[in-house]
Amino acid sequence: MMILVCYDVETVSPGGQRRLRRVARHCMNYGERVQNSVFECLLDPAQWVRFKAKLEGEADLQRDSLRYYFLGANWRRRVEHVGAKPVLDPDAPLVL
Amino acid sequence: MKHLLNTLFLTRDDLQLVKDGQSLLVKQGNEVLLRKPVHMLGGVISLGRSYITPQAMAFCAENDVALSLLSPNGRFLAQVRGPVSGNVLLRRAQFRLADDDKAANNIAQAVVAAKLVNCRGLLRRAARDQTLEADAEALALAADRLAQVLRRLEGAQSLEETRGLEGEGAAAYFGVFGRLISAQGDGFAFNGRNRRPPRDAVNALLSFAYTLLAHDISGACQAVGLDPQVGFLHRDRPGRPSLALDLMEEMRPMMVDRLVLNLINLRQVRAKGFAIEPAGGVRMDDDTRKGLLVAYQERKQKEIHHPVLDEKIPLGLLPHVQAMLLARHIRGDLPGYPAHFHKF
Repeated sequence: MMILVCYDVETVSPGGQRRLRRVARHCMNYGERVQNSVFECLLDPAQWVRFKAKLEGEADLQRDSLRYYFLGANWRRRVEHVGAKPVLDPDAPLVL
Repeated sequence: MKHLLNTLFLTRDDLQLVKDGQSLLVKQGNEVLLRKPVHMLGGVISLGRSYITPQAMAFCAENDVALSLLSPNGRFLAQVRGPVSGNVLLRRAQFRLADDDKAANNIAQAVVAAKLVNCRGLLRRAARDQTLEADAEALALAADRLAQVLRRLEGAQSLEETRGLEGEGAAAYFGVFGRLISAQGDGFAFNGRNRRPPRDAVNALLSFAYTLLAHDISGACQAVGLDPQVGFLHRDRPGRPSLALDLMEEMRPMMVDRLVLNLINLRQVRAKGFAIEPAGGVRMDDDTRKGLLVAYQERKQKEIHHPVLDEKIPLGLLPHVQAMLLARHIRGDLPGYPAHFHKF
């Protein structure tokens, strides 16, 4: 299933930079960066549980905000992109 | 159901594959060309002299990403594997079956039967679309030959006999394969199968794509805990993935042959993309090879109905499903191995 993960990490508070970095790192391990703090993650439910626990362990939930959008298995028709930064289809052939 | 995972192909010489966190990175110099979380990859195939760090190799092995090194022409060179895992009991059962001629023959027969039926299906499908009377006739004739071989296969008592019939079927099939190519005159003449090295463009395409398929099947065998090197139809030989080759027999027509025919007949590959080497072998240029890789990946996403599972699956999962069914048979959960009979 496709899950869209967005975050706002407050960087002015102490440790903010560090939290931002670590939240971003977890996101990069599980999904593809589509905008600065927006990740598209193609996961199975077990992976999602692990990922979510990691994210929420890292963020300071008093200060930071995390939003998850569940796009399901038929996510393709629910996503549209215009403008710069074309995003790779995760199933497109990877030939470099 | 398992998700069809992507395969990463490295075709250039100046790339580096490195591990970063839980992702694999492809870099060219200091520039990151691609970042993929490892859970989205099922395999990596390196076709050149790219640099793969030891960490990246270990990371692939840990995460069940099959890493194969091929020569630029698609010849298999090496595979990186993690520690042998999976079920020892299953593997021991596989070895015992492989040593038991009668049991091995049963599996080999199922595989060959599916191969013959699938080859025949491809020929008959093509015969229907064929406009030239002579070609259509030859194709129908070859289809009949395959049906005869198939009938004799039922009575095959030994592995030797099964192997012989397999060869007979392949000869009949490749005898008319050239007639399926509508661009024969444009540099895609086909006069029988040859390899090591392939001596014409069609054979070069076939050989290359078979290597890709072997990589996928070998990975699928390992994923279900079978030893890809201990086969039934193919004899054991050091370094040969005999079991993968066994399973490949039934999948060749729909996963490779059809693909190669489409590429040629729809003019997606051009004769000028192939060069004859001094030794007589034929080599593809980089664009042609890339085109084949992309087409192969796209072919794998085509959905088919799997009759045993009674479920829709992408064609690319077929190796996995068949390996799983074979494992069930070896374990004794299924009375026979249900080879895949394809609907063309």
